[in-house]
Amino acid sequence: MIEFQNVTKQFPDGTFAVKDFSLVLPSHKVTVFVGSSGAGKTTLLRMINRMVNPTSGKVLIDGEDVAGLNPVALRRKIGYVLQATGLLPHRKIADNIASVPRLNGVPKSKAREEALILLDTVGLDRSLADRYPDQLSGGQQQRVGVARALASDPNILLMDEPFGAVDPIVRLELQDELNRLQGEISKTMVFVTHNIDEAFAIADQVVILRAGGEIAQVGSPAEILANPADDFVETFIGADKGKRTLHLQRREEDGVTLIVDAEGRPAGILGEDKG
Amino acid sequence: MQFFLDAFRWLLDPANYVAGGISPLPIQDRIGEHLWYTFVSVAIASMIALPLGLFIGHTGRGRQFVISFTGMMRALPTLGLLMALFLIIGATVPFTQAAFVASIIALVILAIPSILAGGYAGVESVDPQTVDAGRAMGMTEMQILLRIEIPLSLPLIISGIRAAVLQVIATAVIASYISLGGLGTVISSGIGLNDNERILGGAILVIALALVVDGFLALLQRLVTRRGSKEARPQNIDFRRRSFGSAAVAEEPVNERKRHVQSKK
Ligand SMILES: Nc1ncnc2c1ncn2[C@@H]1O[C@H](COP(=O)(O)OP(=O)(O)OP(=O)(O)O)[C@@H](O)[C@H]1O
Ligand SMILES: [Mg+2]
Repeated sequence: MIEFQNVTKQFPDGTFAVKDFSLVLPSHKVTVFVGSSGAGKTTLLRMINRMVNPTSGKVLIDGEDVAGLNPVALRRKIGYVLQATGLLPHRKIADNIASVPRLNGVPKSKAREEALILLDTVGLDRSLADRYPDQLSGGQQQRVGVARALASDPNILLMDEPFGAVDPIVRLELQDELNRLQGEISKTMVFVTHNIDEAFAIADQVVILRAGGEIAQVGSPAEILANPADDFVETFIGADKGKRTLHLQRREEDGVTLIVDAEGRPAGILGEDKG
Repeated sequence: MQFFLDAFRWLLDPANYVAGGISPLPIQDRIGEHLWYTFVSVAIASMIALPLGLFIGHTGRGRQFVISFTGMMRALPTLGLLMALFLIIGATVPFTQAAFVASIIALVILAIPSILAGGYAGVESVDPQTVDAGRAMGMTEMQILLRIEIPLSLPLIISGIRAAVLQVIATAVIASYISLGGLGTVISSGIGLNDNERILGGAILVIALALVVDGFLALLQRLVTRRGSKEARPQNIDFRRRSFGSAAVAEEPVNERKRHVQSKK
């Protein structure tokens, strides 16, 4: 369990990135922070592994204040997918994935073996193992970032927009993949995105943030869809434009039943129930 | 033209390479001495300047102070410094040692600024996001330095050393002013004997030596230029004259990349 208690972060230049933030992130669940750019999502994430230290307030992991923990040891126990992938450009893919196990003293050959398995896990071909990061596409690099974060089998996984650089189709695949993976490994996951659909697709708990890390609403996807707390949340999830209220519309010429939103934009077609 | 031909004839004369000749002969002994002075002074300068440069690059601390201090060091006339050191040291130790120690100190002081600049410009040129990633993975500051910053900045570190080596090879000639060996003795004996072949021959030897050693270091630099490290372009980084310039050149691509990353979001 991760707990934020009245956490405030003010950067030296005076910016309040996060103000008096309190929240419980349950163990083995996926919590997703959504909010527009600059809302303080990355700052919140980095306060968990002490890459950023709060100006005031506490961050607790299983009841223990992280401020009292050795940052190096803490970071090796927490998987972190950086917003900008952050692969080491001078190391091959397999070595990048094996970084943390190697820091923890796992022998080279064993670490490599595990790295190859992780390539399978994130859906990358093993032939990429001996390439360098700049020989991979942006989306491939992001998957390597995920594999690296998983490498030391951490209990906590921090993911900062891990699927930002992939196309919508692959993005959906990766979300499914993540859900499947989470079913197997059930980590305490903190996921950052500014895509509300992505948040709904993977979250147990969605946290919608305003600027300054202020919580607009916390809840399960269903709760938020059913009861948006205010106009901000409604706008954010697109409920104000009727995007979330769908209607059936029968097309006369070919008999297909379309699903359309309030503005008449097609959202899908109605399939036959198989069964 | 005749000058040059005579100089080359003097250089190619096997008699000048026979062991046991009177100074400045045999030539290969003077080359050996010259290389030895260069090696010793660059090695000592590296031991002082590299850790300092890496520290400044990694922490960003003490940068301003060290830059102005080395700027002052660059302004010291090496010949004057050599004479002063020789007088001071000569008062305490025997004559031959004093000449050696004074020359080496003067050359070390000459070499330090370039090596220092290569060190901190190199480390500063490493993408801050890569360093951030290393820290986020749980690397200690020392591991960040050894496993990320140094490997990625080796080309710039070596180009700093290259610049220092060139300066030292060219300047070690003055050691003969205080009756030490090296290729300077070829030139000064030529001046003494009013022998143009020797003066020019000595100068050609210094240039050739500098070119050969620099070529060797260029090769080394190429070998260590790894993926992800900046292409080091020493011709763009004038270590010799502007201590600020090198850092500025190294910083620019970093900013460029930051912009690139932001635009990707
Ligand atoms: N090191 C820093 N120094 C000063 N201000 C900072 C620093 N890091 C972040 N900020 C500021 O804090 C605020 C929150 O930044 P943060 O990176 O947490 O936003 P974010 O929600 O992750 O945004 P994005 O979706 O664009 O990644 C922003 O206003 C940002 O400018
Ligand atoms: Mg962010």
